[in-house]
Amino acid sequence: MDWLKIVSVLFLLAMAVIIFPGARRAVKEAPKGSMQDWMGYIVPMAAVILFIILLISMV
Amino acid sequence: MQMNTTAVRSSESILGTNKLIKNTYILLSMTLLFSGVTAFISVMMGASQMMGLASTIAGIVLLWFVLPKTANSASGIPVIFGITGLLGFGLGPILSFYLSVNPSIVMTALGGTGAIFLGLSGYALTTRKDFSFMAGFLTVGFLVVIGAAILNIFMGIPALFLAINAAVVMIMSGFILYQTSAMIHGGETNYIMATASLFLSILNLFQALLHLLGAFSDD
Repeated sequence: MDWLKIVSVLFLLAMAVIIFPGARRAVKEAPKGSMQDWMGYIVPMAAVILFIILLISMV
Repeated sequence: MQMNTTAVRSSESILGTNKLIKNTYILLSMTLLFSGVTAFISVMMGASQMMGLASTIAGIVLLWFVLPKTANSASGIPVIFGITGLLGFGLGPILSFYLSVNPSIVMTALGGTGAIFLGLSGYALTTRKDFSFMAGFLTVGFLVVIGAAILNIFMGIPALFLAINAAVVMIMSGFILYQTSAMIHGGETNYIMATASLFLSILNLFQALLHLLGAFSDD
């Protein structure tokens, strides 16, 4: 295993350790979304997926 | 009397939000241009992968430990430019690789990232939906992606690499909606922090799109 991989793994682990408390707090404190709220995320995501498929077909 | 006070507060709040959004987008466009310049320098220099990684780590360390302490003062501006410059420089090795394979992949990823960002920001700004409910989903999703990325450094499975990048596109798109909505609804009041968050989302989105387009291209 080369140095690049070792440094990458250590960097990602550090990132996970730093993000973890914020993620736990966000899960506990964030308001729960209704079905309508989630549709507000799903619809633009569907558009993003279709757009990326279009981009892939172009390259 | 109370109604007048409420109306004044409300208009002040709208003005404050508009100012925050305007300042964020001005600083974001300047930092994106600056990171483009440092990325170009990195490509011209032929920066190695280790140099790119070191630059990215330096940028993230500044983001985690220096920016939160300086974001409320004028010294936050040079710090945000330092962060975005270092992160832009870190992109150099990946850009050099894809430019040598097929330059149109880089151009398509760049245009695609811009279109997705403008589309999602426009959607959040015009609908004024509150996406604060997504905080837990996005941060946990990001943690899962980090875990999968660590796993794939050891295993090197191409399908997992593609799945990780597809997940990054979805999560970063969600972060753009979440951060834009936070500016509208008062979740974020500092334009330097808002710029840093949006910049990171755009950068990760661009990298993931680059990998996806690279994987599916004929070259």
